[in-house]
Amino acid sequence: MTDVLGAPVKRTEDRRFITGEGRYLDDIKLPSMAHLAILRSPYAHANVRSVDTTAARAMPGVLAVFTGADIPYNPLPMAWPAGGSAGLQNNVNTPRILATDSVKWTGEGVAAVVAETPEQAVDALEGIVVDYEPLPTVVDAEKATQPGAPQLHENAPNNVVFTWTVGDKDGTDAALAGAEVVVRQRLVNQRLIPNPMEVRGDIGWYNPGTDEYTIWMSSQTPHIQRLLVGIFTMGIPEHKLRCISPDVGGAFGSKIYCYADMALVLFASKAVGGRPVKWVETRRENYHSTIHGRDHITYLEVGATKDGEVKGLRVKTYANLGGRLSTIGPGIPTTLYGRVLAGCYKIPNVFAEVTGVYTNTTFVDAYRGAGRPEATYVVERAMDLVADELGLDPAEVRRRNFLPPDAFPYENPSGLGTASGGAKIFIDSGNYEPALDKALAHAGYADIATRKAEAKARGRLLGVGLSTYIEVCGVAPSKWIGAVGEGWGAAMWESCNIKVHLTGKVVVTAGTQPQGQGHETTYAQVVSHELGVPMEDVIVQHSDTQGTPFGYGSYGSRTSSVGMTAAVKAAAKIKEKARRYAAHMLEAAPDDIEIEGAEYRVKGSPDKKKTIQEIAFALDLAFDAPEGMEPYLDETAYHDTPNCTWPFGTHVAIVEIDEETGVVDLVRYVAVDDVGKKINPMIVDGQLHGGIAQGVGQALWEGAVYGDDGQLLSGSLLDYALPKASRLPRFELDETVTPSPVNPLGVKGVGEAGTIASTAAVANAVIDALSPLGIRHLDMPYTAQTVWRAIQSAKGGQA
Amino acid sequence: MVEHISLVVNGARRELDVEPRRLLVQVLREDLDLTGTHVGCETSQCGACTVHLDGRAVKSCAVLAVQADGHEVLTIEGLTPPDGGLHPIQEAFRDQHGLQCGFCTPGMIMVAADLLARNADPTEADIRHGIEGNLCRCTGYQNIVGAIEQAAGEMRSSGSPA
Repeated sequence: MTDVLGAPVKRTEDRRFITGEGRYLDDIKLPSMAHLAILRSPYAHANVRSVDTTAARAMPGVLAVFTGADIPYNPLPMAWPAGGSAGLQNNVNTPRILATDSVKWTGEGVAAVVAETPEQAVDALEGIVVDYEPLPTVVDAEKATQPGAPQLHENAPNNVVFTWTVGDKDGTDAALAGAEVVVRQRLVNQRLIPNPMEVRGDIGWYNPGTDEYTIWMSSQTPHIQRLLVGIFTMGIPEHKLRCISPDVGGAFGSKIYCYADMALVLFASKAVGGRPVKWVETRRENYHSTIHGRDHITYLEVGATKDGEVKGLRVKTYANLGGRLSTIGPGIPTTLYGRVLAGCYKIPNVFAEVTGVYTNTTFVDAYRGAGRPEATYVVERAMDLVADELGLDPAEVRRRNFLPPDAFPYENPSGLGTASGGAKIFIDSGNYEPALDKALAHAGYADIATRKAEAKARGRLLGVGLSTYIEVCGVAPSKWIGAVGEGWGAAMWESCNIKVHLTGKVVVTAGTQPQGQGHETTYAQVVSHELGVPMEDVIVQHSDTQGTPFGYGSYGSRTSSVGMTAAVKAAAKIKEKARRYAAHMLEAAPDDIEIEGAEYRVKGSPDKKKTIQEIAFALDLAFDAPEGMEPYLDETAYHDTPNCTWPFGTHVAIVEIDEETGVVDLVRYVAVDDVGKKINPMIVDGQLHGGIAQGVGQALWEGAVYGDDGQLLSGSLLDYALPKASRLPRFELDETVTPSPVNPLGVKGVGEAGTIASTAAVANAVIDALSPLGIRHLDMPYTAQTVWRAIQSAKGGQA
Repeated sequence: MVEHISLVVNGARRELDVEPRRLLVQVLREDLDLTGTHVGCETSQCGACTVHLDGRAVKSCAVLAVQADGHEVLTIEGLTPPDGGLHPIQEAFRDQHGLQCGFCTPGMIMVAADLLARNADPTEADIRHGIEGNLCRCTGYQNIVGAIEQAAGEMRSSGSPA
């Protein structure tokens, strides 16, 4: 039998998607299903004086109308305060299911209608009269902390959620004071809208006969939502709530969280007597009421020697968290940002202060990369700024500062090893120069001056940009994340159950939750390899809290390293039980049974053997089980990872800028990534392609823009530019392979690496292209207008 | 108020009474249960709802159902061969890993079929330009382009129509 582990196997799940037979949330129709629509505030900041639903209740097809006053539940939970068990003050305000007294951004729900059809529900929203008292607004996180700014919450003076620090302040101050050169720069990492192609939605169904609820939802985390929506919000215990994620049409972090609509459809279903109630957001609604990402304003100071050795990095960041807090909003710009600011460099002194801020904008939470793209942007811009200041080659500056291959395990100075609670993680492995060398050679870096001159002759400015990134993924040891995440005692293990049925079909159930990553294929590859059974006999089931073991879900590039290690462990238990039963069947001692693939043989008597299918058939029936042996070849394993994993690599972007129009073209993109071993290299490459494209999108086109009045000006796909096929080159991928020592598969995770690396690479390329004009920095996105203005300004013309 | 319409969907004549404000995509998904055609936006940007109307790709969120009266509609369900096999474009999307979450995929396949019907031997640039009205957030388009290149080659050599 062919070993499929590591092979570019075609995906098991593809057939239903290419034939239109996928079942996404909005494809589900249930008998007697009603439809819910949410009235959202048109004001970014207002007191709600009254809500009159009289007219709406009388409109055609309307079954019920709710306001915040009708909903008894708690505000939504917030699971990850900044600083966790350090006892840092977090001034927490989270959304209610529907707003009661006030609204803090234009997406907040104020009332909801349940009607026979979606159209009738939307029509009836127009019959609801809300008396708003508009209040002053602030949308910029730095301005929101200044004296005199509009105040959003009584418990958050100056709109500050928290002020969190990490690293050695005194040491960093001294390093900067003593540095031969210090470079300072203000950096804006603009707000992004995740934009999975499938928007979010839920169907709630209350069964009056059993007093049980079921929710179908487009979510990355069905098991966690059973806790967050059920217990923490509505007071429904686990056994009364079943959460199901059908096929999920992309997520990128935006479907991790507990959203008000989830509780609302459950409440509504009960209120209308147990009819199922469906809510599906529009794209415009998605832009206002599903989380945004990034949105940092950062003051960077970096000190170095004259030969480019970086001695200190001091960072002050204002992190915009929106009008109220999303589920893990505070954890992203702190733990997943501040603690990895030093990147893959041996910077001895790092200090970061992060201020989380309320503004009259949509809430902000983890979006693909989550804190690590922001950190990578800071440190990779820092490397280029140092190189520019000193007249050095950016590649050489990076090389001088790389952690050497013998530095591992490495506890970095921005606090990975000093997480509150005493638990530690550390960078376990890495070898950064080979990836850099490979990428530079592939990109023709040595000849770049010639190419710049050639482009200049065509009226175009050519620039090359590097990003020698590292990321922390495979989240996370429960001791560590639990210490950081004190507040609800978050853990991060995964589980997996394997059953070998009578027919020989191997059913793998897992608590992780695919959104396009191909888990039905990759789990099957792993289990096929471990048990020696054909891959087509391995069926992977997921996404339903009734029938799959608890899991924390899929995000943070964790499914392969944490979830599939649980599968490896469950397979090992299956093999041990099969060995014991084979010994019984073959009248041998268990120690005398040797396993090769699916065959369990008596040592020295190779003809005496049973296959795992034969063993399963006999043991599942258990007519003849030995004393003390339980029936069925059925095992569950839990895996709590001992450490995170640390992908790294070098990405090189080459851009050309039309000097007359400011249009930026990405002409080449070379990526050398080390994601450890690969379960399916075809899928790994696909994850990198998509990740790179999203990061390129941030650098060149994407940006959520608010007016000062809190209106989202980029409020639809007409106004928010996503990457299109015609604007991207063919990405050129290569690899180095440093297996992760953290898990038996040697894998690291690849869902976010492309995004983490590519924004900084493209940004550095654009600045490099503009540097002959004396431009040292420009904030993203590099739209033609932004770049044209910068060129005009640099040339002394009118911009 | 409802209007009566008569249209051919995936080769079968369908008679429907529809509200004039209803979109073709709503009628396909909700009245005819053809849920392979997806809705990703309401501004005709994303292309997830792409179907063929009289043989040409259209965004079915930009067509009123009453405008389709008397016309022929082909959806992803109709493109799939009835014998359980796959259309060469579908096969190529699977071979080339041209999909991840699958949500944009039916629209991408339908626009690719239209592209190849008009240009049997497109360059990479032709393909990238030809699908730029369809958004994919997962793949970075690279393997979608590769899939359409593969399908073009296979359809040229087999002489099969798009």
